[in-house]
Amino acid sequence: MIERFANPARFMRLSATILPWCGWATLGLLAVGLYLALVASPPDYQQGEAVRIMYVHVPAAWLALSVYLLMAVASGTALVARHPLADIAAQSAAPIGAAFTFICLVSGSLWGRPMWGTWWVWDARLTSVLVLFFLYLGYIALVNGFDDPARGAKAGSVLALVGVVNLPIIKFSVDWWNTLHQPASVLRLGAPTIALSMLVPLLVMAAAFWLLFATLLMIRMRTALNERKALALRLNRAPRARPGRTAPVAAGPEASPAVRPALR
Amino acid sequence: MLQAIGSYLAMGGYAVFVWPAYAVAFVVLGGLALYCRHRYRRSTRSLETLQRQLGPRR
Repeated sequence: MIERFANPARFMRLSATILPWCGWATLGLLAVGLYLALVASPPDYQQGEAVRIMYVHVPAAWLALSVYLLMAVASGTALVARHPLADIAAQSAAPIGAAFTFICLVSGSLWGRPMWGTWWVWDARLTSVLVLFFLYLGYIALVNGFDDPARGAKAGSVLALVGVVNLPIIKFSVDWWNTLHQPASVLRLGAPTIALSMLVPLLVMAAAFWLLFATLLMIRMRTALNERKALALRLNRAPRARPGRTAPVAAGPEASPAVRPALR
Repeated sequence: MLQAIGSYLAMGGYAVFVWPAYAVAFVVLGGLALYCRHRYRRSTRSLETLQRQLGPRR
């Protein structure tokens, strides 16, 4: 089944159909989610109105972790199965994941100041999420740091896979170490320990963030495929434009690394 | 009426923490979305131009 959808041409057709729906659904869910989070949900009996930061902070944190997991799976697929879309998917997901991680860190800091009395502590949860943010940035830098895009993709994939170690550390850091951060109250064994009036807005915002991620991922993957196709066309056209030359520049061996990913 | 809006915006004294949290999320995600859309449209346009130049062979 993955084989069927991992075909670039089929992906372009399928995503062209889904993309507008995803985009409008994102905007709709965001509007509902923001209304629930900022107006309809009750203030917390201890935290007061500051609890509303949760509806940004927690979905952003979920996405930060999930996007990294997805990026690592795509990277693994790229290394093992060499699917043409796997590298593109991983590279397209990275900046979106970094954005969600950044929002998680900033909103957490803004929440920590009134509730804990500090913007930042170097405890396990906060530090491991900061490491996640640097993993995203390192991946992006590494992928773009090679002249040969194929080598950059490979190095990035290895980094993404190694970084997976960080995910369980983040998830269980609140159970393994003493921390200011509260333990999980939604994604835990047994029933959530959060009131329904707060759980619903939280889940709506999370769904909106997920849809936003899906929309942006499709847009970025389509952009990458467009650019690769344009590059392939340019390189193929070059020798034909000068029929007299015996050794066309773009068809020489030095051009092959750039051609390979485009034609793969 | 104005008072009600004012007390809502005050967020029970947490306004300086709540609103920046939402503002950062809005600016980062909105900016990323606009930038992605801009790059997507540019790549589509340049690919179409290229395909037109190459003629009906492709």
